Amino acid sequence: MLYRTAGQFKTSYKADQALFPVKQDAILLGVILVFAWVVFPLAASEFTFQTLLIPILIYALAAMGLNILTGYAGQLSLGTAAFMGVGAYACYKMVTLMPWMNPIVAILLSGVFSAGVGVAFGIPSLRIKGFYLAIATLAAQFFLVWLFEKWAWLYNYNASGAIQVPNLEMFGVYVAGPQADSLVQYYVVLAIVSVMTMLCINLTRGTLGRTWKATRDVDIAAELIGINLMKSKLTAFMVSSYIVGVAGALFVFMWRGAAEPNLFDIPLSFRILFIAIIGGLGSILGNYLGAILIVGLPVVLGTLPAALGVPIASSMVEHINVMMVGALIIFFLIIEPHGLAQLWRLIREKLIIWPFPH
Amino acid sequence: MLDDTKPASAGQTVTDIALMELQNITLRFGGVVAINDISFDIRQGEVRAIIGPNGAGKSSMLNIISGFYTPSEGQILYKGAPRPAMRPYEVARTGVARTFQNIALFEGMTVLDNVMTGRLTHMNAGIFSQALWLGKARNEEIANREIVEKVIDFLEIQNIRKTPVGRLSYGLKKRVELARALAAEPSILLLDEPMAGMNVEEKEDMSRFILDVNDEFGTTIALIEHDMGVVMDLSDRVVVMDYGKKIGDGTPDEVRNNQDVIDAYLGVAH
Repeated sequence: MLYRTAGQFKTSYKADQALFPVKQDAILLGVILVFAWVVFPLAASEFTFQTLLIPILIYALAAMGLNILTGYAGQLSLGTAAFMGVGAYACYKMVTLMPWMNPIVAILLSGVFSAGVGVAFGIPSLRIKGFYLAIATLAAQFFLVWLFEKWAWLYNYNASGAIQVPNLEMFGVYVAGPQADSLVQYYVVLAIVSVMTMLCINLTRGTLGRTWKATRDVDIAAELIGINLMKSKLTAFMVSSYIVGVAGALFVFMWRGAAEPNLFDIPLSFRILFIAIIGGLGSILGNYLGAILIVGLPVVLGTLPAALGVPIASSMVEHINVMMVGALIIFFLIIEPHGLAQLWRLIREKLIIWPFPH
Repeated sequence: MLDDTKPASAGQTVTDIALMELQNITLRFGGVVAINDISFDIRQGEVRAIIGPNGAGKSSMLNIISGFYTPSEGQILYKGAPRPAMRPYEVARTGVARTFQNIALFEGMTVLDNVMTGRLTHMNAGIFSQALWLGKARNEEIANREIVEKVIDFLEIQNIRKTPVGRLSYGLKKRVELARALAAEPSILLLDEPMAGMNVEEKEDMSRFILDVNDEFGTTIALIEHDMGVVMDLSDRVVVMDYGKKIGDGTPDEVRNNQDVIDAYLGVAH
């Protein structure tokens, strides 16, 4: 009833190509943004910031990076966590070598390093695809984690082998490190993630997005209609790794506060791949939905039994969580291979023509 | 069958200038000679058909023209100059567009996006402009959308422009593929069996579109087709291939009466 496109006529191609051709979508996004920027920060507790809001945004950003590569350009990657690590270590080196540097600038620049590394490890994609490429990116995963461990310069030769986020100040406010306030960190993350999302939406709906999707769908035909596959694949690796690198820097600097090399090991790569798959490959919205599910599920499972007065041991909660995530992945692969985003798309289609079935 | 659909003015656009000249093309795959020393030309504005029995090397010929294969021997003169060895995407940028025998549309995209990919060779906004959706990228998007819409109107697929390609019927997919190739505004359009697997009505539609493209845009067309009725009616000149060799070349009437061609198609007593 509320969701109707009737009466919304477009009289120019410009209007048809607008970000939200349907008015209700724009209103819905406005409401979500008000919640994200005003309501949540006012209402959220320290616990909510640290276990839900900040990680959901960061995971969504990382999944978005992976989605550009795997969902849009069709290049399967299992090295996401390693590229996040590159971003995190690059950011750490920058802020310790140049303490005067603005932390947000450092975070945004750290993506440049991971983009470079991503392109280098993307070169095999020019010759191999599918599972074989996944194995090549797996090599990146092992190699980079090994490098984080062995190259002492990366963690400033400290005894623990881990990186510790120092207190970073911006305009007199701590934005990272032990003294930083969760609220401030949330706003920094939210701002960066919002802007990145906007840029991703634009990239994926324009020329570059079509180039990537063409490469994904039929690479031979894409080349014969004038797409330089090398350029298409490597820009996908570049953009993807940049976003993943920034997500990695945020991951350590705005959330974890410290990181050991094995933080960036395969389980994190898979976690992000799960978010992208459950959310929906080839969708921007899906990354958020997937992240909400994967990050939110353990929190809900952890707090709900206690709230309901059901006595369940915390180790049991952990087991249930793992089982449910596994079941969900299988469920989505069978029922809806295009993930939560596709479900939303179907709901939209149904709503527009409701109450008629066709 | 299709004579009445061919406008009286057809043929006026045909010139004697060769747009593309294939000289002594040979293509080998290891010991297999797929194409053996074939020469022919494609003139500006004509509809040139390549026919021949299965395995004659027609598709290989088209793949050579579109740059997917590099000939083992021989050279291609394009727009009067020898064409150097190029990657397929570079060939596409010189104004060669094609459709495929087995439809090769981008199934994950809508019809509109598919046809827009045909314009990629004409779009060159930088990545930052695209990410910000400002200035050049935005203007380019709108300007190219207008051209694409003209093609969509021309091929009468307005009603499906926002439909994902995966949902379309075979005949419509073929038409969308033609739209994608046309959107590139090619100098030469290569059609690999545009009417394979179609019923009579769809064939008539497709024939009409091919003639209209040739007539209204003056696009030079090279096509491979098995339906002899269609070939004879549509094309200005025909090349006949058999076992990688050229056995006939000329107007449909000349080819029809060529003894070698008749032998190749009907078989001959030894």
